[in-house]
Amino acid sequence: MLRYIYGNDLARRPVLKHTMYRDRAVQFAERLHWAVTVDENGEEHDEYDAMNPLYVIWENADGTHGGSMRFLPTSERTMVNDHFSNLLNGERIESPYIWECTRFVLGQQATPRVAAAMMLAGGELMRAFSLTHLLGVFDPRMVRIYSMIGASPEVLGSAGTGRDKISVGLWPFRPEDRARVLRRAQVTSDQSEAWFDLSFGQSIQAMQKVA
Amino acid sequence: MEQAEALEQIQDLTVQLRDMFAVDHVVYHWLSADGEQYGFGTYDPVWVKHYVENDYIRIDPVIIGCFQRFHPVDWRQLDWSSRAAKAFRKDAIGYGVGNQGFSFPIRGPNGQLALLTTSHTTDDASWDDFIQANQREWILIAHFLNRKVLSLAAQRRPEPIRQLSPREVEALTFLGMGHGRAQVAELLNISEHTLRAYIESARFKLGALNTTHAVARAVGEGLIVVGGAAREASGGWPGREDE
Repeated sequence: MLRYIYGNDLARRPVLKHTMYRDRAVQFAERLHWAVTVDENGEEHDEYDAMNPLYVIWENADGTHGGSMRFLPTSERTMVNDHFSNLLNGERIESPYIWECTRFVLGQQATPRVAAAMMLAGGELMRAFSLTHLLGVFDPRMVRIYSMIGASPEVLGSAGTGRDKISVGLWPFRPEDRARVLRRAQVTSDQSEAWFDLSFGQSIQAMQKVA
Repeated sequence: MEQAEALEQIQDLTVQLRDMFAVDHVVYHWLSADGEQYGFGTYDPVWVKHYVENDYIRIDPVIIGCFQRFHPVDWRQLDWSSRAAKAFRKDAIGYGVGNQGFSFPIRGPNGQLALLTTSHTTDDASWDDFIQANQREWILIAHFLNRKVLSLAAQRRPEPIRQLSPREVEALTFLGMGHGRAQVAELLNISEHTLRAYIESARFKLGALNTTHAVARAVGEGLIVVGGAAREASGGWPGREDE
């Protein structure tokens, strides 16, 4: 299932929390060799985790992490503006309608379905909170995954080559994408709304019906 | 004296917002991490006094549910299940706060929370409609009002307009020249979706509620020059003063 959870609520789900940070270490440190910090528990954290971001997490049936990503509004300090504005020719994108999406990670047994569920969740956030775009940082492997699930971002800039290439891109809110992403994620519209409501109380039902 | 004038200005803005949105109340509430608070708005002053005296800040589900969050909050989503919260709600309704509410939280750098809230007495379906129609605008208004309060609280001139990025300048310049969005996107060789991101970002930096207002402000602040390459020119233009 999909969970939407702020950083300061993660402590209530220690297994989910640990396996998420652990999977991040595997993906970013071990596989991609990014210059990230891994602590003595094998977990990868950075300064943006300390800013109480909102995480979207796919929770496996056994309560472990299946995939996740991290959101912060670009009206606050963000990783893209702090570290990747060189990929945008020095542009700083700042708007409460544009949230940055970073640390997109898939668990080691994740199926394509999980990646699609992540994209679905991004769309639900945009729909519920009147966002216009998500702004992401990603590696070439993710470009292939995004394209496979039919949710390719518009790339604004890249640096590096081959495996080390890193890109910044935008996903606009397109209500018509929802039906396709639901199908790829093998999730019904009602399920998705129920998961959202479980995390946020209740809200998405009241917003526009799009699927 | 200056301070008093400033406070009055914010108070007036909440009244204007209330009238503009045709709701019972509009309130701006600011809290520091250690519980210092101040606010402006249209609530009955007797309720405000009562709220402070009863230290309701500690049990108010709106405060608890918005603290350290950055998404807009419909009060119906909050946890009103405790006995204290139920009593608080009954008390608030008794003082005319209303049975519905909607708040947008803005986080400060040191754990501060600023909230722009509207509350109203109406049924669920009408409140759904209200939020759907106004949520997007409310988010921007909350940010702009918060900027104003913070600059007044610091007793300094309004924050200088933030620098626009090159893409934002180009987008607004073309729009100011009267090109449509599709044309501007084509001129900049980006999609219309991406153009929109630059326009949204420029609006936010300029404190503008719509694109026309953004263009007007950018022109007024000298951030863009509509109508030619004068910005790039290095001198000798009639009427251009030496710098």
